Amino acid sequence: MSEETQNRRLVVEAKHLVKRFGKFTAVDDLTLSVNEGEVFGFLGSNGAGKTTAIRVFCGLLKPTSGMARVLGIDVTDDPEEIKRRIGYMSQRFSLYEELTVLQNLRFFGGVYGLRGKAYKEREKWAIEMTNLQGKEHLQTGDLPGGWKQRLALACAVMHRPKIVFLDEPTSGVDPISRRRFWRLIDEMAGEGITVFVTTHYLDEAEHCDRLALMHAGKLMALGTVSELKEVFSDRAVLEVKCPDIIAALDLMSGQDWVLETSVFGTRMHVVVRNAQEGKRLTLQLLEGSGNAPVEAREIVPSLEDVFIHHIEKEEAAK
Amino acid sequence: MYVLWRVIVKEFLQLRQDKRIIPTVVLGPVVQLILFGYAANLDVATVPLLLVDQDRSAASRELVDNFVSSTYFELMGVEDAVKDVEPWLVAGRADLALVIGAGYGNAVAAGRSPQVQVIVDGSNSTAASLGLGYANGILQAESARLVATRLQAGERSLIEIVPRVWYNPDLKSRWFYVPAVLAMILMIITMVLASMGIVREKEIGTLEQLMVTPIRSWQLIVGKLSPFAVLGLIITFLVTGIAVGWFGVPLRGSLMLLILMTMLLLLNTLGLGLLVSTIANNQQQAMMGSAFVVMLPQIYLSGLIFPIDNMPEVIQYITYAIPLRYYATILRGIFLKGVGIDVLWPEALALAAFGIGFLALASLRFQKRL
Repeated sequence: MSEETQNRRLVVEAKHLVKRFGKFTAVDDLTLSVNEGEVFGFLGSNGAGKTTAIRVFCGLLKPTSGMARVLGIDVTDDPEEIKRRIGYMSQRFSLYEELTVLQNLRFFGGVYGLRGKAYKEREKWAIEMTNLQGKEHLQTGDLPGGWKQRLALACAVMHRPKIVFLDEPTSGVDPISRRRFWRLIDEMAGEGITVFVTTHYLDEAEHCDRLALMHAGKLMALGTVSELKEVFSDRAVLEVKCPDIIAALDLMSGQDWVLETSVFGTRMHVVVRNAQEGKRLTLQLLEGSGNAPVEAREIVPSLEDVFIHHIEKEEAAK
Repeated sequence: MYVLWRVIVKEFLQLRQDKRIIPTVVLGPVVQLILFGYAANLDVATVPLLLVDQDRSAASRELVDNFVSSTYFELMGVEDAVKDVEPWLVAGRADLALVIGAGYGNAVAAGRSPQVQVIVDGSNSTAASLGLGYANGILQAESARLVATRLQAGERSLIEIVPRVWYNPDLKSRWFYVPAVLAMILMIITMVLASMGIVREKEIGTLEQLMVTPIRSWQLIVGKLSPFAVLGLIITFLVTGIAVGWFGVPLRGSLMLLILMTMLLLLNTLGLGLLVSTIANNQQQAMMGSAFVVMLPQIYLSGLIFPIDNMPEVIQYITYAIPLRYYATILRGIFLKGVGIDVLWPEALALAAFGIGFLALASLRFQKRL
């Protein structure tokens, strides 16, 4: 009994989860757990294995080895029971474009067995949540992307799931719609729904309670945003500007006092042990090479820096 | 059951929105019917005839009269030499030349076997064999008459063949082809729509979404396929109506039996469509797979166009694995022979077995996993 209650607290659980397609390992030894009511961010570049992992959790793919449990149910035991209890929204907001807003809601509600009064109630809720009042009879295909996305989310949570998996829900949507969408996610989390969301927008990750960084199928780091940034506690990140950024990158990368370098447009982020010392050495080196004027200042590390740090560490380890 | 209902409603809503569906379902069968009913007419009404009479005797004139008065031949021209026949055949002004050599009359009078040459344009083998058949008939009759006169015996003493063609007395190829159109149209439309319907959901991603819902595979399959079954029945009524009302094809058997047998065929076409959709990843693949891997062999080997009896023995055995073959037999049985289930039950059984087999196989392959 007590184990049962504990399992309910852990909404998603994976232990040494592996998913291979032939020789390609999409998810490599993934271990993580998601608590009830959390907004859990799953971060990584394209092909990092995020979608594959989500599909395993949703019972769409069988794990090659390892264990995955959702709401206490093992994905290999009873994927259909999991499907009854979760919500899922794929990258492509899969709606029927030739149907109207209401027809979509009615279909997806119906598939989850919602009918009669229970359905009507949820329909009203969905229309309010998505702010689609007055648009009920429009064809879904005619709606702008942001509205489709909100409607798809409504369809995915009509049946009040305990957890909803969102696979890159904001790809291809304008920034204002994205922000609006995240407000919806925050609201759902407020109602106690656990949200498991993948994204490759690092700014969105700041909304998440906890984050998992994925790269090439492997979990690189796991924790809250501030926990993740702790890897920089004994180092400093400098932002460097100079006329020839590529030459500067080549030059800096070879220095033993430079820990990491990465280019952000016309600027470069340089990780060093000590901010003052690093700044002095940078100016000296670049100005000495004739790559002037040089500007260097210490910045608060962003998630992107954290991400790059982990990837570089992994690549170096190979 | 409610879930199934919602899927069916959704499918019909989508069908209603699909602007190509009405033209496909109505125009398709009508155009095919017109093509097969009028253009693909293999009947040869009259054969254009060229005459080379080098004998010019009473006997030869009598033979020529038999040809011209037979209504099968129309005399287009007369030449004196055999070498002049070719231009007529090349230009297509005549399909058959009757050459009566000098000495025909003398041979007849002397009681020897006279010789007559028939030259046929074989480039159109159907017209050629028909023309040859007609010519043979006339020449045999004439030959029999000559023998009879010579033997001084009554015509009764010779074997006379009196052919009677049952079910299609005029051997109208239209009667043969119009029921075939029903079979082909049903197969093409329902199978393509079924395979495309599911593959399209794969393409737009809704299938993945559905797989994460608690919907059961059978609910999805039955829900998606039943609108196409309804379309199939509408097509059956439409095509049967035109065949009987416009082309005068007789429907001698029971319409109810026709509908029931059509439902058995639909199990096959929808099952095959579903099977294709579990293999194909996009609509092009589904289309190609349906057309070349399934439909063309089915149509060629079903006996709808090419008689199975004319096929090599090995191929004849293969046709037993072609569901459309059984439906073709059933259709001709019901339309032309007016037979009932007491005769057609083996075909009905085979059709049902194949249909259930295909659907079962497709359902097994159609898993709620990626």
